[in-house]
Amino acid sequence: MSAGVPLSWYLILSAVLFALGIAGFLLRRNVITVFMSIELMLNAVNLSFITFSYQLKQVNGHIFSFFVMVVAAAEAAVGLAIILTVFKNRSTLNIDDVSSMKN
Amino acid sequence: MQLWLIPVFPLVGFLLNGILGRRFSKAVVNTIAVGSVLLSLAWVVKTLLGLGDLNAAHTEQYFTWIQSGGLNIGWDFTLDRLTAVMLLVVTGVGSLIHIYATGYMAHEGGYYRFFAYLNLFMFFMLTLVLAANYLVMFVGWEGVGLCSYLLIGFYFDKKFATDAGNKAFIVNRIGDFGFSLAMFLIVVNFGSLDFGTVFTSVAGKSEAALTAIAFLLLLGACGKSAQIPLYVWLPDAMAGPTPVSALIHAATMVTAGVYMVARSSAIYLHAPAAMEAVAIIGLATAFFAATIGLAQNDIKKVFAYSTVSQLGYMFLGLGVGAFSAGIYHVVTHAFFKALLFLGAGSVIHALGGEQDVRNMGGLRKKIPWTFWTMMCAAVAIAGVPPFSGFYSKDAILAAADRHAPWMYWVGVVTAGMTAFYVFRAIFLAFFGNYRGKAHPHESPLVMVGPLVVLAALSLGGGYFFKIPEFLAPLFPLAKEPDNIGPVVVSVAFGIGGIALAWLLYVAKPALPDQIASSFNGVYQLIYNKYFVDEIYDAAIVNPVIGGSRDVLWKGLDAAVIDGAVNGLANRARGIGGVLKRLQSGNIRSYAAWVLLGSVFLLVVMGVMGGLR
Repeated sequence: MSAGVPLSWYLILSAVLFALGIAGFLLRRNVITVFMSIELMLNAVNLSFITFSYQLKQVNGHIFSFFVMVVAAAEAAVGLAIILTVFKNRSTLNIDDVSSMKN
Repeated sequence: MQLWLIPVFPLVGFLLNGILGRRFSKAVVNTIAVGSVLLSLAWVVKTLLGLGDLNAAHTEQYFTWIQSGGLNIGWDFTLDRLTAVMLLVVTGVGSLIHIYATGYMAHEGGYYRFFAYLNLFMFFMLTLVLAANYLVMFVGWEGVGLCSYLLIGFYFDKKFATDAGNKAFIVNRIGDFGFSLAMFLIVVNFGSLDFGTVFTSVAGKSEAALTAIAFLLLLGACGKSAQIPLYVWLPDAMAGPTPVSALIHAATMVTAGVYMVARSSAIYLHAPAAMEAVAIIGLATAFFAATIGLAQNDIKKVFAYSTVSQLGYMFLGLGVGAFSAGIYHVVTHAFFKALLFLGAGSVIHALGGEQDVRNMGGLRKKIPWTFWTMMCAAVAIAGVPPFSGFYSKDAILAAADRHAPWMYWVGVVTAGMTAFYVFRAIFLAFFGNYRGKAHPHESPLVMVGPLVVLAALSLGGGYFFKIPEFLAPLFPLAKEPDNIGPVVVSVAFGIGGIALAWLLYVAKPALPDQIASSFNGVYQLIYNKYFVDEIYDAAIVNPVIGGSRDVLWKGLDAAVIDGAVNGLANRARGIGGVLKRLQSGNIRSYAAWVLLGSVFLLVVMGVMGGLR
């Protein structure tokens, strides 16, 4: 890394962001927060893709991260639509209350 | 020569009467039923006249039935002298019995059904006789068994009749099992089922294989022709209408086993052990059935055991190598035994259903035509010269004498018993004073007519139809015996039997009861038919029923099969019960599982060295 920032820092940052995403995903109950946590995990992965791509001077990582962003965008569209519908029907954003599959 | 027309006439009769008979009047049913058999008879006669001396078999091939690898089975009919004899007997006696039945069955329900079955029987019997290979023969063989079952159980609202039908069918299955195995062995050893192919290539085959085939065929013949140990169905088969007893269970179907063994003579001649078995089974059956016949009181049962006994004679003839004598006896037996049964039917008809000879008596004056015709049959079966039974029985006994003298002597004693029990029945029914209550009346002309024709055949059939000479191209003639001693002895035994019956049942009617009470053990033994039915029940039927219920039903079906199916379902439900706890409906627990799964996969890959 030319600016003197070592590779490990990027990876650590990526891991920390991913862990935050997991924690939010597991611990938060607001469905929008959970959704944002998923986005956070995706972007943590993107960061490590870009890091390695830059490090190894290969374009593959860039391509992957673009794919991930496209998928994330599509997912956001569908996900938000689902959230809106759920809210309309149940007047709640708490995922623990959305459990009609049980029993 | 269009041999196929011979069985097809009765088949058409069956289809017409079977499908449309309900709407036909009795006259139409009669015309179709009797007419089809008469057409068949006429076609047999025309064919035989057209074929000349018949020294070589005339075979017709219609279509390939089964083709598989090297095995090629066609629907073929063949006609040689043996077939010709059987065809004439089946269609000739069959026609007479059909005519008789139109009178006998006139007041019965299910009229068209009866004649449809009877015509179907004729179709299968003619197929059996005409077949040019074992498989087509087997079709006829099974078909006549089916018709026998249907007609024994004709009075299907009576339990004993349906039971008797079932018994006949099931006992015959044992024999048919043997026949099927024999066919499989023939295919394995000869690669063909055609009579021509099999019989010409018999010489080079191993004796063991031929003996196995011969024994299995004998098992089949024992079932169909009611020989020990499978004879038990025939006496019960008398539950059917009397014309059926005459046609199927005396004259034609039960002789199918004799015909089949005679047809397979080439195989039997190369299997001496099987020949000996045929002779011994025949002799034992002849003797034991005759002893049972001594003490029966149902007139049809007497003649039923007599039939079993006479079939034993035929087997004795076959077993000692006198195939033509066996067939000779088939022919004469068809005449006199059909006549005895039809006569018994006429008596039963006259008495309004009475079958017990103890309730008859003195019928000689009341139904003279029946009496005199039955008398003709009785002297024929007793072996009084020069009537038909004398010739055929004598040919068999002469051959037995050449083969083994002890067989001759057992045969002669049996002949004496035969004469005794037949005349016992005749004397009890026709002599003395009338002991019944009904008012006897002579049967109508359609019933008496066939009786008269059969009486003429019973008297002259042996003299005019020299079957052994006719069959000489197939079965070499035995040389004439030098001394007539054996003949004189057997005739003496026959006449002695008649005389004894006269003494016991006409001259001194009190004597039989005294004899029966002084030999009570023996009398009870033979009166109860040696308890063979009871022994079979205890030894075979009940174990099979018990085994089916306790082992197959409750053990195998209920416990193992149902248990396996139910157990599988229970196990699946149990596993599902565990797995359904994962489906908590809680999204965050799903997420935790996803995380755990991915960590687990990473660890596994790390341990396996997948990560570097």
